[in-house]
Amino acid sequence: MSKEVTIDTSGIYYKELNEQINKIIKDNLDLELITLNNVLGQRFIGNGISKNNLTIVINGIPGGDLAMFMKGPRVEVYGNADHAPGNTLDEGKIIIHGSSGDATGHSMRGGSLYVQGSVGYRSGIHMKEYKGKTPVLIIGETAGDFLGEYMAGGIIINLNMQSEDTEFVKNSMLGTGIHGGVIYIRGKVNKSQLGVAADIKEFTKEDLEKITYYIEDYCNEFNYSDEIKNKLLNSNYTKIAPISSRPFKKLYTPDIR
Amino acid sequence: MIPSTVPPKYKITIDHDKCILCGRCAKECAWDAIRKSKDKIITYDNRCGSCFRCASMCPRDAITIIENPSQGRKHPVWTPEARQDVLNQANSGCILLSGMGNAKDYPIYYDNIVLDACQVTNPSIDPLREPMELRTYIGSKPEKLEFEYVEEEIDGKKVKKSKLKTKIAPNLKLDTPIMIGHMSYGAISLNSHKAMAKAVKRCGTFMGTGEGGLHRDLYEYSDNIITQVASGRFGVNSEYLSKGAAIEIKIGQGAKPGIGGHLPGEKVSAEVSMTRMIPEGSDAISPAPHHDIYSIEDLAQLVRSLKEATRWKLPVFVKISAVHNVAAIANGIATSDADAVVIDGFKGGTGAAPKVFRDNVGIPIEVAISAVDDRLREQGNRNKVSIIASGGIRNSADVFKSIALGADAVYIGTAAMIAMGCTVCGRCYGGKCCWGIATQRADLVERLEIEEAADRVSNLIGAWTHEIKELLGAAGINSIESLRGNRDRLRGIGLNEVELKALGLKQAGL
Repeated sequence: MSKEVTIDTSGIYYKELNEQINKIIKDNLDLELITLNNVLGQRFIGNGISKNNLTIVINGIPGGDLAMFMKGPRVEVYGNADHAPGNTLDEGKIIIHGSSGDATGHSMRGGSLYVQGSVGYRSGIHMKEYKGKTPVLIIGETAGDFLGEYMAGGIIINLNMQSEDTEFVKNSMLGTGIHGGVIYIRGKVNKSQLGVAADIKEFTKEDLEKITYYIEDYCNEFNYSDEIKNKLLNSNYTKIAPISSRPFKKLYTPDIR
Repeated sequence: MIPSTVPPKYKITIDHDKCILCGRCAKECAWDAIRKSKDKIITYDNRCGSCFRCASMCPRDAITIIENPSQGRKHPVWTPEARQDVLNQANSGCILLSGMGNAKDYPIYYDNIVLDACQVTNPSIDPLREPMELRTYIGSKPEKLEFEYVEEEIDGKKVKKSKLKTKIAPNLKLDTPIMIGHMSYGAISLNSHKAMAKAVKRCGTFMGTGEGGLHRDLYEYSDNIITQVASGRFGVNSEYLSKGAAIEIKIGQGAKPGIGGHLPGEKVSAEVSMTRMIPEGSDAISPAPHHDIYSIEDLAQLVRSLKEATRWKLPVFVKISAVHNVAAIANGIATSDADAVVIDGFKGGTGAAPKVFRDNVGIPIEVAISAVDDRLREQGNRNKVSIIASGGIRNSADVFKSIALGADAVYIGTAAMIAMGCTVCGRCYGGKCCWGIATQRADLVERLEIEEAADRVSNLIGAWTHEIKELLGAAGINSIESLRGNRDRLRGIGLNEVELKALGLKQAGL
């Protein structure tokens, strides 16, 4: 029974590595920390792991579908992540000290995913929420196009720290098909950058209150100074939300005569 | 003024001599097509979809529903239906929404295929007195078996014992090659799900959850349930995935190939919202593609991801619609660690699909089975995946022919619903199914008596199973394994040369 385990993953195939991780979790009930060193493209790390009070530290670059279906643990990546980290995440926290690929946070239904750098296309796609579970995706720098497509719930915050909040962001097709949840973008967004079903809404005091906790938490995770934190909190945000929770209501007519 | 009234398709006639004004019909009709005034039953024909609930429940048999003869002038091209659709869309500007399966008059190849039977030289078998093996294993099979020999000492003697070295992939064990396909809780009622779950448990087979999550009341049937992961990822978490006996990734559906699905907010009740894990009353939108699958490699990644999440203990199926290049797609799937490929033909049913898709997109399941079976054999991949065929399977002969064409097992959907009382009125998307099947309205759901419906469905599967045994016996075969892909026991009739070639069949008489 140990509380901390370290694995040198060099040369280990993903299947074997994940088998090892699952066995370690099963054998060590008090386990609190797994450190994976020299990770190089191994996929599915943390998939389906259901355990609280466990931290998985990844030194290196994990492969696709990091922490998919995960429930509970905290995953910290010191490096970039491949596509779809946090895919269908249930609960837990993923911190990426780097950038991540396409479809980051695909279909997240809970937990949070903080990316220090940029994310690829279609990130936050089809995030959803239910009752107590509201997934949160925070992106430090740029997000690829199609951010928050088909979004059904949750919160996406795109901080665009590489630019000033007075500039227009470069994303297009923001929130196509969005029917729930909300996207906050630091900076300006033109209506023409929105996808069908998305709308720009007024960024209110309540919205600021809503994101303050997450921005503070984000800054703590990445050790940002109070100066940066205050700058982020005092920035201009554009709020993007659905026009309706029933975007397809008027699309169909019954084939009844 | 431009007249926009569409003549009603059906006409409800009340025999006022027989009618005792009990008002039962008005209570039974969820579509408000019948109302009772003080001394008369009043009908609103334009709301009637001929679901037959009123007529079935009338204690005096006083109700007749007929097709409305007053549909305007007859025309071979501009049929009443064509004209009515134009009017409907000219009025609304909307996509026509429909339910059930393809309603166009395409050839049904099953009906042009005949079966073989033994005479004299190879005696037929009577399943009453000889065992008939219908057991079917769904999943990946090893290419070959390898054994290792271990020396053991038994009673002082050294004995060499053989042990299986090859790792066998997880398979589903079916007592009959008939399963019930994926119809989601949300599209259909909880009572229908419960009835089907009871039935499949009794019959030693499986049912699919569809993309609606798994209601906790069905947890007790989890050994007979196949969970589904589709593009909306509704209700999917690790608990759900491990609750089933297998997982199915839905890429496409025969009734609407190439598009996703929209469960309208009206059907997202409190309970449905719970199993789908989305807010009550919001549209449940499944996008057309899975956004983490843009290539066959990405599909392989999702297959492996699901296997990782369930520790490689469960078989993973991939369901696709039968489309023009189905063989190549199925072959790709076979190389992805998937354990079965489900092919859904264009006659497959649905709770809701745009009519233009339901009636025009996809190909018949019969040709898809033979194309996939052929391609997988050519590529040496047939053992890697099982083939599950679905979409318009109406009777045991269709099951038998599907297996002889190359399938391992079939999914039925509409047939199971008809067993439970569905009258194929095709308005499942309306949420007012008078038979308590495709609805979430509590008063309507209650109409479906679970035990009785379970009996009907298990009776149906049992009867077909029995018929398949008889057909096998007649063909002189005592195991379904020997029928699989055995197209020599089929002949085509009334088909042209190209059709015969596509099906891989000989002409009857040859």
